[in-house]
Parts: sequence; structure tokens; C-alpha cells
Amino acid sequence: MSDFKDYEKIEKTARIARKSQTGLTYFLLTLWALIVLFPFYWMLLTSVKDYGSYNSEYIPKFFTTSPTIQNYVEAFNAVSLGKYFVNTIIFTAVTTLIMLVITVLSAYAFARLKFKGKDFVFALFLSLMMIPNELVVITNFVTITNWHMRNTYMGLILPSVASVFYIYLLKENFEQVPEELYKAAKVDGTSDLKYLLKVLVPICRPTIVTILILKVIECWNSYVWPRLITDNADYYLVSNGIQQIRENGFGRDNIPAMMAAVVVISVPLIILFLFFHKKIMEGVSRGGTKG
Amino acid sequence: MEKKDFKGWLYLLPAILFLGLFMVYPLIDVVIYSVEEGYNFASQSFFGYGVYNFSYVLHDPFFMQAIKNTFIIVIITVPLSTLIALLISLGLNSIKPLRDLYQTVFFLPYVTNTLAVGLVFMILFKKTAYSDGLINLIINFFGHESIDFIDGPYAAKMFVMCFYTIWIVLPFKILILTSALASVPQTYYNAAKVDGTSKFRIFYKITLPMISPMISYLIITGFIGAFKAYSDEVAIFGTNLNAAGMNTIVGYVYDMLYGNSGGYPSYASAASLILFAIVFTITVINLMVSRKNV
Amino acid sequence: MKVVLENLTKRFPNRNKKIKEDVIAVNKFSFEIPDGKLIGLLGPSGCGKSTTLNMISGLEKPTEGKIFFGDDDVTTVPAEHRGVGLVFQNYALYPHLTVRQNILFPLQNLKGKDKLTKEQMDEKADEAAKLVQIFELMDRKPSELSGGQQQRVAIARALVKMPKILLLDEPLSNLDARLRLQTREELKRIQTKTGITTIFVTHDQEEAMSICDLIVVMKDGLLQQIGKPQDVYDDPKNLFVAKFLGTPAINTFDGEIKDGVLFIGEDAVLKMDGVTDQKVHVGIRPEGFIPDENGPFKCDLKAYEVMGRDSSIISSHDGMTSTQIRAIISSDIHVNTDGGKVSFALKPHKVHIFSKETEERIYLG
Repeated sequence: MSDFKDYEKIEKTARIARKSQTGLTYFLLTLWALIVLFPFYWMLLTSVKDYGSYNSEYIPKFFTTSPTIQNYVEAFNAVSLGKYFVNTIIFTAVTTLIMLVITVLSAYAFARLKFKGKDFVFALFLSLMMIPNELVVITNFVTITNWHMRNTYMGLILPSVASVFYIYLLKENFEQVPEELYKAAKVDGTSDLKYLLKVLVPICRPTIVTILILKVIECWNSYVWPRLITDNADYYLVSNGIQQIRENGFGRDNIPAMMAAVVVISVPLIILFLFFHKKIMEGVSRGGTKG
Repeated sequence: MEKKDFKGWLYLLPAILFLGLFMVYPLIDVVIYSVEEGYNFASQSFFGYGVYNFSYVLHDPFFMQAIKNTFIIVIITVPLSTLIALLISLGLNSIKPLRDLYQTVFFLPYVTNTLAVGLVFMILFKKTAYSDGLINLIINFFGHESIDFIDGPYAAKMFVMCFYTIWIVLPFKILILTSALASVPQTYYNAAKVDGTSKFRIFYKITLPMISPMISYLIITGFIGAFKAYSDEVAIFGTNLNAAGMNTIVGYVYDMLYGNSGGYPSYASAASLILFAIVFTITVINLMVSRKNV
Repeated sequence: MKVVLENLTKRFPNRNKKIKEDVIAVNKFSFEIPDGKLIGLLGPSGCGKSTTLNMISGLEKPTEGKIFFGDDDVTTVPAEHRGVGLVFQNYALYPHLTVRQNILFPLQNLKGKDKLTKEQMDEKADEAAKLVQIFELMDRKPSELSGGQQQRVAIARALVKMPKILLLDEPLSNLDARLRLQTREELKRIQTKTGITTIFVTHDQEEAMSICDLIVVMKDGLLQQIGKPQDVYDDPKNLFVAKFLGTPAINTFDGEIKDGVLFIGEDAVLKMDGVTDQKVHVGIRPEGFIPDENGPFKCDLKAYEVMGRDSSIISSHDGMTSTQIRAIISSDIHVNTDGGKVSFALKPHKVHIFSKETEERIYLG
């Protein structure tokens, strides 16, 4: 029985192979990390470069010795970046809030209340999940136009407040809460609404936070609908603002100022992400999609 | 009993109201629009019913260009991004120190405004009077001439487009695949190890089959998402995508709405129904293929 | 093949990062497992028995010490080259493969001179399947099998490559009570038939006692006792082993040796020659009591349960440290239950005394 003898040697070679493989893995992961991070670095860098010196750099420099905030001042002055910002905050906050109320109420109805036709309506809701936005956006555009709601907050907000997917997500979560709790509350004479707000919502807080975060990201980045429904710069959201800047702001060539605007627009979500990255990633892997 | 029923509907009322108004009604309406010939938005009148709108759209060279662009983007980015995401996830799964950091960094593009970062990509690739752009400098360094990625040849533009699309969609895929890999129970690997299974065989025979439901989920959602490509294109090439020759089907739909005085909802509807038919067919094929394999 | 463990030690970094000290899962373990026997590694959860098993399989590397298979030092040999079969607690059957494919899996890994033809593999798989009596289930998926059947598949998969040593990690814990009884007999039958040295880990002493040739009792990473099940039961080395083995559990008391006599409370229960005077722990097996109206051990009767062949007398005593005293006697013996008192004489070989400080067994001189 000497077939164990050589393993010391085999193990040694295997160890070297393993080490070099780990090294390669780290190298490739780092490479991709750089590709991911580089655009962020570049926009930050460009945004603090002086306009004159930026344009004189035929070969762009990877750092700057004399950072300036002039571009940021420019960005806020030349276009109403502040206004876009406020618009987006209002749009995001109101949409998310209304969405939350609608979602919680419907999820509760589906999860706990008993009424005729519930299963049918739920099936109908689920089938709506398959309908792409592109199909309905045309009529919504016409509807909002006919209601004279173009270039209003209402026009921006109304079509995006109901989301079947989030209702579904929350309903599933509500159903995981043992029904005994509901029965106990009923016996104690708790009203449905009170049970919902005082028991279910606190228990399901993680899911609700997930939904909130996903919706905020979605709102902050929304571009297509706002672009259709607003052509007055007073109601632009940041995405449209960016597009505006790109098409005709800053005389097209003031790239440092453009980058300053980009930084300002990206920062809120990145800060949100840095604080809640665990939560956000968990939420997205549980139910997010992009595209 | 009556009261109970009433309460359920009351809780559902807001959702039904909004969904009915902004999803169900439009769904019916879009079909009606698509068959109303010669619809005029300003006068709200039309000549009659027929398939002329579909025929118009299908004969529109801009639409055919959009179809071509969309298909190229789909065919390149979906398999490539899934493959890269799989490789990165496998890499992430095999390391311990710094894993969380890498994961967090890789996820960053998900939370960024695609329009905003698209601008940065444009600058990196764009050739201007002052500078050829950073990417071109790298190309020059390797002894090749500068390429105009933004206003130049079709292949160059398509390259930037696909690169950016992959950059944008990877975070989601990496996240899903990393958690799928992590959820494969360790005992399967231990069992295979005790049996002397080679690394490749472990991957091919155990890991891959175990995460295959997630991979097919990613491929299906990836196809759906890529067929709806639009704002990434706007980010790189601006709103006039037809002029850049980089329009997509969704872009075509919106352009149709944007025309003079309310645009051409009929053409837009026809185009969006064609898109829906394509996506639906591809999804059904996808589901059939993955059902067979899983 | 015999297995020898020499000073085997495994330390883990503490999960609570504030505590710098390592957790010692297995502490200086040395024993020898003879060839062809069925051995039970027995202990409460967290005693290091699974870690020991993982080190024998090669899935974990020992911090210190050596492992020998036969005369070969395999301490540094990786798992895949040790030639062991391992059955996991949750079976680890590949859910996407059929039973046949699962059993074939280890064979398909063989390379070079060991490589088998397809026919040879099929033959071996059939053989293994027949051995564990699952031949008719070969084309099903694991999810279509009952727990007991999955267990058999897992054993077949471990056996098919003719391992030198078969390791089983809590193999019966996921089965219901009836199936557990049946499967453990099955395990014994398979082991006897193949003659493969088999080590299995369990926290269930009854399971270990019933089928093992040898049991190894562990606690907190330390070896407590090794021996034939009946020997360990009859002759426990310390209080822990005495308490851990046997159902119903041993009855324990505070006692004292005075002038060669064991006292429990006021009662002078047994003569104990050659033991110096001291306070002791006393353990009395349930079958060590003889009801005797004039017996020296006087208890308060709590309940009298007749269960067919045997009866239980539940009583209490001032000196007891277990929650109650349970005596098991033949149902033929009539016990007078009037008056709320019961007296016992004791069988000397069923009474063990342990040092108050070390809890080690004190042997009579």
C-alpha cells in the first residue's frame, strides 16, 4: 500500500496551481472593477478640471493639480439644474409614496381579506405583469395630453404609481405572516386597518423597504415617460436635464461643466447605495429586474 | 357577507383604478389605434380600419434599421453579458478576502443614472477637434489609427453601444448568479470531492445544472430587456437616433409619438405591437428550449 | 483497513471575533479502529465527532496529529485520493441526476489505469444497487424517493467505488422513528456483508449501542471512552459516559463513603470495600434496583407503571441529583405500593461511584 506516498509531491504542485489560479482570479476581478469604476473616476476628474486646461489637453491627464469648482457653479447657472433636481425629488417622493399606499392596500386585500372574485382579480393582475410598458405608453401619452396634464407633476406621476410586481412581492410576504396573528387580532377586536398598520407593516418592513428603494432608483433614473410628457424645461427631471445639457446646453463643448452636472445627478443614488448597499443588493436579487 | 366583500374591493380600488386607466384600457386602445388608418391626432379623425399602419411601418426604412440594430444588440449583448457575468460570479465565489468589496463595486452601475453615465462613455469614446478621446489614445498606443466611435462607422458605433449595454446589465446578472452559486449546498461539493471529481466535471455536472434555472431566467429577462433597448442608445448617441443610424424599435415608437402635433399614435401602436409579437415569440421559444434542457 | 488516529487536534478561529482564543473542536485524539469493524462515534452535538469524521475523510485538515490508513500516513493526502466513501447527513444526492447517474458518478471520475468501461460501470452500479435493495428505483430522480430510499442510494453511491473505509455522518437522523430502526439493521447487514471498515457518527446512543462493534464516546472534543457497547455500558469510566449511555438514563445521587459503606442521605445502601472516605457521585442503573421491604434504600413512591414485560417504579429520595428515580423491574415481581414508601436492595455491579471533583470512576479496591 504505497500509493499514498507520492501525494506530498502532487499536493505541492496542486498548491502552486491553486495559488496561481487565485492570483489570476484576483487580477481579472480587479480589471473588471477598474472598468466599472473608471467612468466614475473620469467624470469626477473632468468635473474639477478647468475648462481652458481641459480643452488644451490633447492627451487627457489622469489627475489634475488645480481642481476647481467653477464647473459646478457653471452647471447650476447655465441650466436650471437645481430646478431639475427639485422636480426629480418631488416626482420620486410623491410617486413612491402613492405607490406604497396602493401596494400595501392591495397586497393586504389579496393576502388576508376574503371576498368574491378575489382569485379572478389576482389572476388578472398577474397577467398584467407580462404587459410591456412600451405597449401602453402610447395611449397613456394620448390620455395625459387629452387631460391637459402635459408639463404637470400629475401627468408625470399618475401613470407610474401602480405596480403589479410590487403588489405581488408584498402579498407573498404578507401571506408568510401566520394567520393566527390575524385571528388573534380579530378576537381582540382589532380593525383590519389597524391590524395592517400596527402588525403586518412592521413585520414586513424589510420587504417594504426593498420596494421603496427599488422604486426610488426607478424614479430617479426614469427617462422615457418624462421625456414624452414634458417639453417645458420647468418640469424636466434630471435625466431629461442631462439630455438637454447634452443636446444644447453649455454650447456643447463645455465638457467639464457637463461632467459636473453628471456628478451632481449621480451622487444622491450613489450615497444611497453606499449606505444601504447590503439592503439594495438583497432587494434587487429578490425581485428586481432591469430593462 | 356583503360588507366583507365590499371591504375587499375597497382596499383594491386604488390599484384597480390606476391599473385599469393606465394599463388595461391602453392595452385595448393600442390595438384599436393600430388598425385605424390615417388617424389624425389634432382632429381625432381617421379614414377607416385596416392593416395599412403595419404595412407602412414595415416598409419604413427607419423601422427596418431599428429592427436590425435591435437584433444585433440582442444577439451580441445577451449571450456575452450572461457569459461574462457567469465568469465573474465564479471568480467572486472562489475568493474570500475582499469578496464583499468586489461585489459592491460590481453592483455600482445598477444604481447610476444611465443617461448620466452614458455621457461619460460618450466622452471617453468621442473624437473631437481637441482630442481623439481616451479610448482612441489607447488604440493609438497600440499602433492603430483613431476611430470615430460616436459619429463614425456603423461597426464602431455598434461596438460602443454593446459595450455600454453590457456594462449596464452586468451588475444585475452578477448579483443573481453569485447568489445562485452561493446557494448550491456545500455538501454536494464535498461529496464530489471525496469521490475525486475533477474541477471541470464538478462545474459541468453539478454547478451548472444546479444554477441552470437562474441562467435561463437571466437569458429570458435579458432578451426581453435588450429588445426594449432605448435610453442607453439615447445616452450615447443623443435623441436623434435615426440620424445616427442607431435607432431601436422602442426608439422608433417614441419618435412616432414625438412627430408634429401629437405625432402618429397609429404607427407607434403598430410598431409596438410588432415589438410585442417579436418579444413574445422569442420568450416562448426560450421557455421551450429551457424547459427541454433543465 | 484499520484506521489509526494519533494526537489528532483541530482548532478553529473563534466565530466571535472578539475572542482571540481558538475553539478546540477535537483535542489530542488517539485511538485505533480495527479492520472490518463497524464503529460508532458517539457524543452530544458539538462534541467534535463530525469534525473527526471530516478529518478522516480529508475534507478538513487537522491542526496537529496524524491519521494512518493501515500503515500509510494519509494526513496530507487530499480527500479525493484517500479512497473513502462518505454518506452525508442530508445524503447530498444530486437532484438533477437519476439514481443510476448518482451511483455512477464516482465511477466516472476514475482516470488512467483505473478507468472502467461503460459495461463495467453499469455492472458495479447494479451490484451496489442490489446490495442496498434499490435496484428497481434506478431510473427515478432523488426527489421521487422516500427518505429511507434516498439513504440507501447515498450508501450505494458511497459503496460503488469499493472504498477502503466507509464514513457515515448522522446517517439515520433524517428518518422517522420506524424507518430508523429498520435502516440501522440494514446498515449492519450491509457492513457485515461487505466487511468494509465503517465509521459512523451519531448522537443517539441507542443507535450506536445496537449495531456497533465498538463505540467511541466523545465530549467537548475529548475522547471519553472506547470499547464494545456492552462493556462501556457496564463499566463507564466517568460520570458523563454513565449518564450518556442507557435508556432510561442512569439515576444519579450525592453520596458519601464512610468506613467502607456507601451512604445516600441517611441510608447505608451498600458495602464498598477499599475506598477511602469521601463524598462521591453515585450512579445506579434502572435495572439495579431490587424491591425489598427490608431493603436499605428507602424512597418515596411517586408512581408505579406496568408496561407489559417490565414495570417502572418512579420514586424520589433526598439524595438524588436526577429529577426522579426510575427503577425497572420484571412485572412478575409484586411490589407493595401502599403507604407511599418503597424500599430497595441494590445490585452491586449496577452501582457506580465517581469522584466528586473529577467525576472519574472510583473502582473498588
